[in-house]
Amino acid sequence: MIIKDVLCPFCGCLCDDLAVEVENNKVVDVKHACKIGASKIRGHDRIKAPMMRDDKNGEFREVSYEEAINESARILAKSKRPLLYGWANGLCEMMKKGILLTEEVGGIIDNTASVCHGPSALGVHEKGLPTGTLGQFANRADVVVFWGCNPVQAHPRHMGRYSVFNKGFFANKGRRSRKVVVFDVRKTDTANLADEYVQVKPGEDYMVLSALRAIVAGKGDVVPDTVGGVPKEKLAEVAETMKAAKFGIVYFGMGLTQSRGKYKNIDNAVSLITELNAHGKHSIIPMRGHYNVTGFGNVCAWETGFINAVDMSRGYPYYNPGETCSNDLLMREEIDAAFIIAGDAGAHFPAQSIARMGKVPVIQVDPFHNPTTEMANIVIPTKVSGVELEGTAYRMDGVSLRMRKLVDVDFPSDEEVLDKIIAKVREIKGASS
Amino acid sequence: MDLKATFISGRTVDQGCNLENKTSKAYFDAAGYCEMNSADAGKLGVKPGNNVKVTTDFGSVVVPLKICEGNPDGLIFIPMGPWANAVVDPNTCGCGMPGYKGIPAVVNPSSDTAPTMQQLMARLK
Ligand code: SF4
Repeated sequence: MIIKDVLCPFCGCLCDDLAVEVENNKVVDVKHACKIGASKIRGHDRIKAPMMRDDKNGEFREVSYEEAINESARILAKSKRPLLYGWANGLCEMMKKGILLTEEVGGIIDNTASVCHGPSALGVHEKGLPTGTLGQFANRADVVVFWGCNPVQAHPRHMGRYSVFNKGFFANKGRRSRKVVVFDVRKTDTANLADEYVQVKPGEDYMVLSALRAIVAGKGDVVPDTVGGVPKEKLAEVAETMKAAKFGIVYFGMGLTQSRGKYKNIDNAVSLITELNAHGKHSIIPMRGHYNVTGFGNVCAWETGFINAVDMSRGYPYYNPGETCSNDLLMREEIDAAFIIAGDAGAHFPAQSIARMGKVPVIQVDPFHNPTTEMANIVIPTKVSGVELEGTAYRMDGVSLRMRKLVDVDFPSDEEVLDKIIAKVREIKGASS
Repeated sequence: MDLKATFISGRTVDQGCNLENKTSKAYFDAAGYCEMNSADAGKLGVKPGNNVKVTTDFGSVVVPLKICEGNPDGLIFIPMGPWANAVVDPNTCGCGMPGYKGIPAVVNPSSDTAPTMQQLMARLK
């Protein structure tokens, strides 16, 4: 059986044109996906059953779902400052339950954006975000800028479907309708496909953005001969290209959010767009990683008013990223339990933060054995959302789409596990109050 | 011989393909290496596949070397994952985001073996 119009549950492109062949309840072929998406849908070795251990250096023993869920609830209910992290690799329906659980236990809920596009949100708080949808960009953009992102490696079909090689209604000659400019500290595979590559010195994007803003505003005389390793003439050329756009789009990635300046880089990039909008129509958008990281931002915002790093310990939502983001909490040794679901803190946090996580009970809800499992006391395997479970996810541009189920499995969903933990937490808290 | 460098981490297709396969050799191959250009490798006297030790103020890690000519002189890259995390800066400077890019590093040739994911994590508990 071939299932058509399948959505890919890997990256924020959320490609929705996959054809997956299923035989005897097994995926046997994945068409139209990139190598990463196909690899995810084909699947990998799973954690077979719930597991627990008292000593993180000890061996796991298999336990029942009931035992693992009850023990998780007990840990969370008695914890004073639990961190509930991950979420981006799951569906909106489970995220809503996650926020409810956080409220029940007076914990802090944070998602993978805090080590990804969290700073972008802070930039947006400062300056707003003149943005649009991938469909608009695909059909209209004639100048495409990739700044500190490398879609060839991280979002492999982005350039083909939405940004560079596709034919659009207005950009109807595909690649030939567009000028492509890449700003990066190294000549990436994306840079190799560009018309113009601008090599920026590591950590100096803010200055390059400022210089471009000055040139676009007609104040080029204040710009020195080189900025961030880029000659002024080159900046002037790129500024002209951007100004000449009928519709310009800037896609940006971790090159801006994780390097010096962090959220201030985004603030400045948005200011450049504002400046450019005096000349043409320009938009900017972050290249989101996990397929539903944008979904978490949306669900969390409509439930709590904030997009991540929300502390519920006061009895109302409190948000202050440098204080309530996972890595800050860990480095200050503030948390006394960690609940990691649909995101792998163990693989993506700095070693020092993970070492702090090593000191507290860690509960992991995930289909796969990963570095978080190595640090865990309790492991609860669940369905692979978007392959074994249908539900809602948000593409990187904030468009919500329905993920499909391709095969049936016996594992519970994240949502079912969360429901049971919430019920048990209520029971324990009810009994003790 | 050592090389003073600036460290960055980032995604790759192969690291992505093994994101749910992190106990495998394929994940190690996809995320446990350090890239630099051939001029820098020449200065260090190392060849692709030789191990190098990358040290920052925040830790050190031994991984095999790969060549990528797209890297300017003095820029080294380790894909995002536990090997990169051994040397990144946990300080978020008040915005939640640790320093994953632009960290001063020193690279040396090394005869030590590169740690597996499990060995790296075992150091942290
Ligand atoms: S580009 Fe992203 S969403 Fe599209 S197939 Fe590849 S991994 Fe999946």
